[in-house]
Formats: sequence, structure tokens, C-alpha cells
Amino acid sequence: MTSLLKRLGGHAGRIVLALVFALPLVFMLVSSFKTDDQIFGDLGSVSAFLPVGALSLDNYTAMFDRVPAARFLLNSVLISSITVVLGIIVNSLAAFALARMRWSGRKVVLTTVIATLIVPFETFALPLVWWVNQLPLLRVNGFQLEWTTGWMDTYQVQILPFVANAFSIFFFHQFFQSIPKELDEAAIMDGAGWFTIYRRIVMPLSGPAVATVAILTFLPAWNSYLWPLMVVQSEELRPVMVGISYFFQLNVGWGQIMAYSSMITVPILALFVAFQRSFVNSIASTGVKG
Amino acid sequence: MVFRTRRLAAASVAAAAATALVAGCASGSGGSSSGASGDTLTLWTHNAGNSAELDVVKKIIKDFNGSQSKYKVELQSFPQTDYNNSVVAAASARKLPCLLDVDGPNVANWAWGGYLAPIDVTGSQVPVEDQLDSTVGTYNDKLYSFGHYDVSLAFFARKSVLNEHGIRIPTMDKPWTKDEFDAALAKLKKSGKFTYPLEMGTGGSGEWWPYAYSPQLQSFGGDLIDRNGYKTATGTLDGKESVEWGDWFQSLVTKGYMAKKSGADPNKDFLAGKSAIQWDGSWNATKNAEKLGDDLAIIPPVDFGKGPKIGGASWQWAMSSTCSNKEGAQEWLKFSRQTKYFVDYAKATSTIPATNEAATQVEDYQPGGRFAVLVQFAQKYATLRPVTPAYPYISTEFQKAAQDILAGADPKNALGQAAKNIDNNLKTNNNYSG
Repeated sequence: MTSLLKRLGGHAGRIVLALVFALPLVFMLVSSFKTDDQIFGDLGSVSAFLPVGALSLDNYTAMFDRVPAARFLLNSVLISSITVVLGIIVNSLAAFALARMRWSGRKVVLTTVIATLIVPFETFALPLVWWVNQLPLLRVNGFQLEWTTGWMDTYQVQILPFVANAFSIFFFHQFFQSIPKELDEAAIMDGAGWFTIYRRIVMPLSGPAVATVAILTFLPAWNSYLWPLMVVQSEELRPVMVGISYFFQLNVGWGQIMAYSSMITVPILALFVAFQRSFVNSIASTGVKG
Repeated sequence: MVFRTRRLAAASVAAAAATALVAGCASGSGGSSSGASGDTLTLWTHNAGNSAELDVVKKIIKDFNGSQSKYKVELQSFPQTDYNNSVVAAASARKLPCLLDVDGPNVANWAWGGYLAPIDVTGSQVPVEDQLDSTVGTYNDKLYSFGHYDVSLAFFARKSVLNEHGIRIPTMDKPWTKDEFDAALAKLKKSGKFTYPLEMGTGGSGEWWPYAYSPQLQSFGGDLIDRNGYKTATGTLDGKESVEWGDWFQSLVTKGYMAKKSGADPNKDFLAGKSAIQWDGSWNATKNAEKLGDDLAIIPPVDFGKGPKIGGASWQWAMSSTCSNKEGAQEWLKFSRQTKYFVDYAKATSTIPATNEAATQVEDYQPGGRFAVLVQFAQKYATLRPVTPAYPYISTEFQKAAQDILAGADPKNALGQAAKNIDNNLKTNNNYSG
């Protein structure tokens, strides 16, 4: 009897926790089909979470009229995907060098990399703007290629500054250390070079770590807001998060905001669900969990 | 093998480091001019997502581009919430456009910071002298910006509700006094029909705080800074009258007249009957009138002792100091100064036209029009926020202090700390001289 009660209590606790996390998403999705008046009218009751009243796709139509949402979505997919792919390559290579190779100064480098984690982005955002504006840029002008200066208002300025990531390096480093070193030694005996070991042995064994880094890189890239506002002026290059502020004008369209939020949340949820098992496994195996 | 190890290790870490720093091969400078490519000029506006106002900007640009063949203006719109960040970042990279809009209270700071260049619009259809004072941005006696419109603050209420509770509907000749206003709130609260009878948008953020509440502080006799030289806030922002405002402001919450933090959409709450009186901008006047019809009362600000006050200055057009084609930029500025565009703005956005002539062409703002009183508020009560480069800092400090006061902080201490911080900022920046 006691064990049954315990089990029921455990389930009840989990249900409450699940509701705490799920209800905001349910509210967002349900509200995206309601008029503003109904959203506010339902706020004081459980109806706020239910698809009741006159439901329509009007908010979605209006949302696309107000914001070039498809373009923003495409930009974010492009920016986030490239950041993830480059991030996995660059950070895993760096972590491989730090975790698997013996060279003087690697501990100092690793400590330095970890130390950069405490520096908040906002503190160096403006100097970074200055830096990226000094970089050389090869661009197409008519039928000619020309060198110019400054990466402002480009895709690469939204990608490259965020490829190398201290946490990703640290995470890969921790994971790589859990892979037996004997595998390297056996491969070396067979004549493999370091890059072969990295590509053929270590990376194929690091699926969960790759999945975790993919998620942890994708999320901030997808949620990027301040940086694109500072370095991108052309509307056709903006990512989705900037689009949300289009709605906070004098006449705030709450239903449209919910429609837009639903649209940009779905890809994140899909990504997380796809990688969920690997994500949990790698967090557990690297000992990075809180 | 050792060599290959070192090579790969060095290459891997270097790749990460180089990408992280995004530095490497810096060359050249950002250049000293920007915003135009030959005779094609870039224009920035804060109206992304606000199609009503954006359409007017587009119309002016289209008309200008079609009116002559020398210059072409290209539009880039930004969302308002972080427009200032975009401008500041672009200024630091010397990538400002030739033409940009600027919120009135920031003109002095942007001019002092070297973002803006003085403009000369003599010869345009509408002389600057014809505009409402609050729609013209000057610094060190030079013209830096002008706006096509202003906005006005007012109390909005239902006449029926005020009458039902025996509350006098005030006029400009006889606005509410502090005692009268407090008594009205007490009656409304006592009726039990309103959890919070007064809605002043305390859930808002940013510039709303100084825009909405510093005029009340000024009506008490206080101010954000000593305007005589703009060199200190001590004795003014934390002076007796300012502290009296703080006490009163706090009492609105402690007496249950006003929410410490209002809802996400205060105007919706007012229109839904959740609050009886709303302190709000003229931008919601049309919506209120459509919903409430003749029952809508547009009420002047309370006279807390030094006369009714509202904030002045809204968005204005300016030219960047780094503009590589200032002649073209000024041509656009002059072109935009036609009465028809002042009228277009007012009609599209329900804002107050910046000139009397334009006001006579907008039905709502004509003498006798349903919102004519808002024009009079702007003419008679508008007080410019301090015209000093320190204003953005003052604004932030005032916001923090006012929020602390509503949260229960001692008003004298909160305002005293704000005044001290402002003075330190002034000292650090050598009083923004030069």
C-alpha cells in the first residue's frame, strides 16, 4: 500500500512538472488561433489553455502579412545549420587536440578556453562589432569579384563569430577523455595518423556528444537577437527572433505574436525530440550535468 | 608522428581560436563616410512591423525618387524595440545611413556623440518656425532634427463611470487638482467595481517611464535635473517637490488605486472596463473613441501644483555626420517638409500634426474635431525632457528609481541615489561639454 502511494505520488509530481513546462506551449499554440479579445477574455480561466471559441487561421495570415516570416525562417535555418556543422568540426578538432594529444601547454590552453566561459557576450558585443567591421570581404559586384572591408550586413557575420565555442570544446574534451586511449595506440600501430584517428575512431564513437553540441549550438544560434540587430541592416538577412519585435509596435497583435512564436518554436521542439535520447546519454556520460 | 601531432594540434586549436576571435587579417579602416553610394542614399526608420507609419515613409521616398533623377533614397526599416542598439552599433562601426529617425529626447546625445550633423532645411515648404516646439530637435542652438508629428498624453475615462460616482469631468480651464484626483480614485476604489481604478501602464518599460511619469514630477515642482546648465540633479531630482511626487506615486500602489505592475496590454484592460481611468498616449485615442463613442472623456493632466504637464517630442528625422552625400540627404529632408506629408502621418498614425496648417486638414484635429483637445494639450502642456546628452542616462536612472518606489523603496532614498548616480555620470563625462 505504501509503495503504491509512493508510486502515485511520484506520478502526480511528474504530471505537475510536465504541466508546468507544457502549459505555456499549449497556451501559445491555442492562443494563436484566437482573436486578441478572446485571448484576454480567456485569461482568467482554464479556457486560456483550451481551443474554445471562434478559432481561425487569421493570425497566421496576418503574421505573414506583417513580417517576412518565411524569409526570416529560411535565414535562421541556414545560419543555425551552418553554425552547428562548423561548430561541431572546429570544436571537436580543438577538443581532440586538447584531449588526445600530448603537447606542452595544452592544460594552459584548456584552462584559458574554459575561463572565457565567464565572460558574458554583452560585454564584448560592441568591440566585436568593431572587429567584424575591419575584416576583409570578397564580394560580387556585377560580374566582378572585389575585395572590400567590413562584414556588416552579411550572413557570415551571423555565423563565424559563434562557431568556436568554449563550452563545446570543453564538452567534447570531457567526452573524448572517456574513450579508451588504447584505441589510439592500436590505430597508430596500424599506421593511422591523428586525423584518421579523429575521423575514423573518435568521432564515430562520439555520437551522443555531437548530438548534444548540435543542440547546444543550435539553440543560441536560433535564438540570436541582439547580435543580428547590431550587425545586420538589410531585412532580407534577418533571422526569426528579430521578427518577434516587429509585433511590439503601437498596436500589439497578441494573437499574431502567438502564431509567430508557434511557428518558430516547432523546429526547436522537433530538433530536441529527434536528439533527446543522445542528449540525455551524453550529458549523463560526460558528468557535465548539474 | 610527434611532428604530425604538433601540426594537427596547433592547427585545430588555431582554427578554433581564429574563429573565436574573428580577427586574423584585419585590414584598413571602416572608412570615414557612409550611408550613400554615390547619389543613392540609405534611410533608416524604426517602423518595421508598423505598416501604417512605414507606408507614409515609403510614400515620401517614392515621391522624392520620382520627383527628380539625381538622388535615390533606399529604405531600411528596423523594429522599434532595439532600434537604438542598431544605431549605436552602426555608429561604432561608422556605418550609419545618411538619413535616420531618432526619438526626440535622444537628439542631444546623438548630436553630442557625433552621430548626427546639423541640418539646414531653409527653403522647404513648411518653415521650421511653424512647427510645435516639441517636434524640433536642437542642440547647442543648432537644428539637428524635425518631426512630422508629436504625441500627447491624456487621461481617458468613461463619462458614464465618472458621472455615476459623482466625479467632475475636468476641462483645460479647470483641470483636476491633486486632492480632487485622489478623492476621485478613492471613490472609484470604494465602489468595489475596480480592483485598480487607475491604469498608468506600470508594466511598461524603457522610455515610457520618464515620458509618462516625469511630467507629473514636474507638475509637483520637481524635475529630472537642474536645467540651469544641466550640471547636477542633486537638489532637484531629490528635492522636496520631487520627493512629494515619489510619496504620492507610491501611495497609488499602497492605497490600491493602481497596480504595481499593470497587465500586458493596459489599453485592452481599460476598454474591457477593468480600470476606470487610464493615463495613456494619444496613439490610442482612435481606438478608445471607436469603442466608447460619446462616452469617452479625454481629460487633461492633473495640476499637482505647477500646472498640468505632459512630455513632448516624438520621432524625428535627422542626418548622420558620416553621410557621404549630405547635399542629397538635405534635399530629401526638405522634400519631406510638405504639409501633405504632415497630414499623411497624422491620418495614418493618429498622431498630432506638427503644424497648425496640417492640423486644420485632419478632421479629428481640426478645431472642434474629436481630438482637437489633444493638440491643445501638446501646445500648452508639453515639456521637453531635458535637452542634454546625459538624457539617456538620466532616463535609465529615473526609471530605476520610479520602479523602486513602486516596489516599496523610500522615495527620498531612491531619488537621492538616482540624483547621485546622475551627478557621477555628469562628472565622469565632464558635464558632456564639447
